[in-house]
Amino acid sequence: MNQVVFIELINPFKDKVFRLAKRLLTSTEEAEDATQEVMVKLWNKKDNLDAYNNIEAVAMTMTKNYCLDQLKSKRADNLKIVHNNFTDRQPQLDKKIEDADSLEWVEKIIGQLPEQLQILIQLRDVEQYEFEEIAKIVNMNETAIRVALSRARKKIRESMVNTHSYGIK
Amino acid sequence: MELNKIENILEKYFQGETSIAEENELKEYFSSPNVAQHLKQYQPIFGYFSQVKEQKMTQEIPLQTKKRKVAWLSIAASIVILLGIGAFYYVSDNSTDNVVAKSELGTYDNPEEALAATQKALALLSNNVNVGIESVHYIKEYEQSKNKIFKQ
Repeated sequence: MNQVVFIELINPFKDKVFRLAKRLLTSTEEAEDATQEVMVKLWNKKDNLDAYNNIEAVAMTMTKNYCLDQLKSKRADNLKIVHNNFTDRQPQLDKKIEDADSLEWVEKIIGQLPEQLQILIQLRDVEQYEFEEIAKIVNMNETAIRVALSRARKKIRESMVNTHSYGIK
Repeated sequence: MELNKIENILEKYFQGETSIAEENELKEYFSSPNVAQHLKQYQPIFGYFSQVKEQKMTQEIPLQTKKRKVAWLSIAASIVILLGIGAFYYVSDNSTDNVVAKSELGTYDNPEEALAATQKALALLSNNVNVGIESVHYIKEYEQSKNKIFKQ
């Protein structure tokens, strides 16, 4: 397998890997590093890639594990990544500030969820994977995923409603 | 009617029972400008999901350019080695040809002449060998005297 074929192979899910990494690691730079790491790992395994029937799921699983490892080692160092420490490259301020503000709220609320729920929200609500695929990536059964996802969504709703009606009720 | 349907899907959504299609319907509804007042609070959630999906990996992925260098290096090295071996054989072939050509001693066409020449050469050889063997006789004498002394 040469580079061109490999790039074509990873192109469809490269951004999904990046977004999952960003969801868990928060900073764009860390997420880029993680994406590169995962892709290079895949590239090194390129001769055995045919053995996997779903490379995307493998890549997502690798990403998930890599990011959780990263978080673990960061925590061991007593270092927590705070979003404000990193510059955001996306120009957001040209949008309506109020909109951006409430979207940021959602991001914060999701960021407060346990990592497992963050992963599920990312895979289902953002990337729109089928439950069957998510089951492969996170190695859980579909019912458990549905239950956990429902819990995550309700938590988001609860926090949103609280924020939305803050000071009114 | 429309609103009822959305509320139903929304309820299912929070139970984790919606399909991808239904979730898309929700996203579509919440991205439209006329969202019902009491559902406005959910708008940012779905707006956020759509927005986040736009994020792209901007950096290039470095695919082991190092490995490629090694591959090219080995190709270059093997070419050099092949050239070296080829040149060596080419040069040494030429030189052995020259040595053979220079040391060409000629040949005999007549068998009798050849026999005579061979005999002459062999006689020369055996004469020289005999000269060598003569000195071995001294050793024999030495051994004899040794035997006398030690009286075997």
